[in-house]
Amino acid sequence: MLPVTGTLSLVLAVVFGAAFGFLLHRGRVADYNTIVRQFLFQDFTVIKIMLTAIVVGGIGVFALVNAGYAQFHIKPADLLAVALGAGIFGVGMVIYGYCPGTALAAIGAGSAHAFVGAGGMLLGGIFYALSFDWMKVNILPAGAMGKVQLPQLLGVAAPVLLAALAVIAVAVFALIESRSRVS
Amino acid sequence: MSSMATGFSRARERSIDWTPYIIGIGLGVLSWIVFVVVNNPLGITTAIGQLSGGVATPILGAEAVTSNSYWAKNAMKLDYGTLFLAGTLIGGALSAFATGRWHVETVPTVWAERFGSSQVKRYIAAFAGGVIAMYGARLANGCTSGNGISGGLQLALSGWVFLAAMFATGALTAFILFRATRT
Repeated sequence: MLPVTGTLSLVLAVVFGAAFGFLLHRGRVADYNTIVRQFLFQDFTVIKIMLTAIVVGGIGVFALVNAGYAQFHIKPADLLAVALGAGIFGVGMVIYGYCPGTALAAIGAGSAHAFVGAGGMLLGGIFYALSFDWMKVNILPAGAMGKVQLPQLLGVAAPVLLAALAVIAVAVFALIESRSRVS
Repeated sequence: MSSMATGFSRARERSIDWTPYIIGIGLGVLSWIVFVVVNNPLGITTAIGQLSGGVATPILGAEAVTSNSYWAKNAMKLDYGTLFLAGTLIGGALSAFATGRWHVETVPTVWAERFGSSQVKRYIAAFAGGVIAMYGARLANGCTSGNGISGGLQLALSGWVFLAAMFATGALTAFILFRATRT
């Protein structure tokens, strides 16, 4: 019965996408100011949302995979490509003021400059497709470690890593909240 | 602290704003649901790569697009990923209308304080930022959603490398653009 495929999955794509966009906008991250201020360390909304999502999502998804209800979807750790791509992405994200998901939610909420930037994203996608063959030969193989997860890589059990991550997250949140009340 | 010193931000200094944490929990739970129900982690940019093929078709010609090795693997079609994009946009709109925050935004506050209120200037930057962000996201094989949240919560090496590199160059870019020249 699960996972759902076919036409119903296409309907659910819109439903789940809408839930995603709703949460991003409701959490004020579909907002240029929130995102740029995060990178200036003036507003910590992005970190709070992402870390919470990772810890909560991680605990649930690992439990669901262990129980046989879900599968992992691990992207290959092509280290040079991921590090270089993410580095380029960070520059673009600050200039654009959005990441691709928050940009879409912002367009829905009326951001004209997010809409203009979406045209840029399409052009960026075209540039990447045109350079893909070169990247595939020269960049993607560098440091290609395959679909690695940290538990295997570090030799530490997933529950231990998730617990450690949860403790780190709570410590980070406590630090952020105590500082924001003093200033 | 100048224009932001409203009653709202003063209230925030006295008590914790739980919204980001609730949103993070929401995104984590949404991850559980999509892993189980549609066997698909949250992600945005793969589908934007598909759309870029659709946009490129009239520009580069159908032949150039179909023979491209990247678009051969990520063809333009209405599938789960591309409909999820539409959903995200709709979700942003729903939240904006529900909270009474829907408005056309041309030049955001943080940008205007630093670079002035010129719409053209902001649109050029948004477009360029979109190009850069999308190129990086494709090279890294995922953005803040697919690599950052979905990769991070699966404890994937690629996800954590992405998060580290993205925050490093993002903070550097923000500092250069918004801080270094400000006294």
